[in-house]
Amino acid sequence: MVLASPPADDGASALQRMLGDNVITTTLEKMWNWARSWSFWPLSYGCNCCPIEMMAAGGARFDIARFGYEVFRAVPRQADLLVVAGPITLKMAPVVKRVYEQMPSPKWVLAMGNCATSGGPFRDGYSILPGADSLFKVDIYVPGCPPRPEALFHGLLELKRRVERGEY
Amino acid sequence: MDASALDGLLADLHASAPGGLEVRRDGACTLLQAAPADLPVVMRLLREQAGLNYLANLTAVDRGESFEVVYHLFRIPADGAQVVVKCRVPRAEPRLPSVVALYPTADWQEREVYDLMGVIFDGHPNLVRVLLPDDFVGHPLRKDFKVTAT
Repeated sequence: MVLASPPADDGASALQRMLGDNVITTTLEKMWNWARSWSFWPLSYGCNCCPIEMMAAGGARFDIARFGYEVFRAVPRQADLLVVAGPITLKMAPVVKRVYEQMPSPKWVLAMGNCATSGGPFRDGYSILPGADSLFKVDIYVPGCPPRPEALFHGLLELKRRVERGEY
Repeated sequence: MDASALDGLLADLHASAPGGLEVRRDGACTLLQAAPADLPVVMRLLREQAGLNYLANLTAVDRGESFEVVYHLFRIPADGAQVVVKCRVPRAEPRLPSVVALYPTADWQEREVYDLMGVIFDGHPNLVRVLLPDDFVGHPLRKDFKVTAT
């Protein structure tokens, strides 16, 4: 009795041959990361000048919706990107920390402006934290006082690149 | 309020302030330097007799040996009248009667002065820190405050 000969190639290429160009095979994580990177839902935190630039970024001229990041949330449970656009005072620190902890994973933090990256001009003051990274891990720093919308986009696209590659 | 209306009140003010009352004029602004013990009665006269019904600002200055608490009084509707009341309290015991019962706007401003300068307002309904966390140590707007690393 002659046994049927084993397939000459492995399962993956057999599948590829069968499906042709009609179906893309990938891992779920890759697909999720691709989707995440094109649709950050930012939670905004700010004081004055940086949020104005952030609002300009959301407006028609700069148009943050080109990248799919326009869904600014006021609720941490619906957001996955915390944009810290202002200094964090000692009194505000526990609130920001709690808001960060309420965001579902995976989540990212973008420090916008000098105050959020390092404390800025208030760094040596009596009531300001020296940067958002003294509270939680910050993924992207966007310096500037305030940074222009283009700079914010640069930071967001840098974050997009990382998320797409799964480097977070 | 024109100057003559306050002039009429000045005699009453002097009579009601045994601790002494120093009056200065700077343009449209009248400055009164009162003793801490006389503050409630002076403020009451200014509100009820002179019609200065709005406390716009309450702040404090570190003068070294003493703290100077400053009250800016106006009238609503606005007519250009402006009276500044100043009151010095010793640094060793910075206590002053609260004016919250007379001017509700003093509530948070007295808390701010307490928070940052450490002046205690007797009779305030809720004298706790307003800008800094409750566990903060010291009063940072005092000249002798030293910043420690956060």
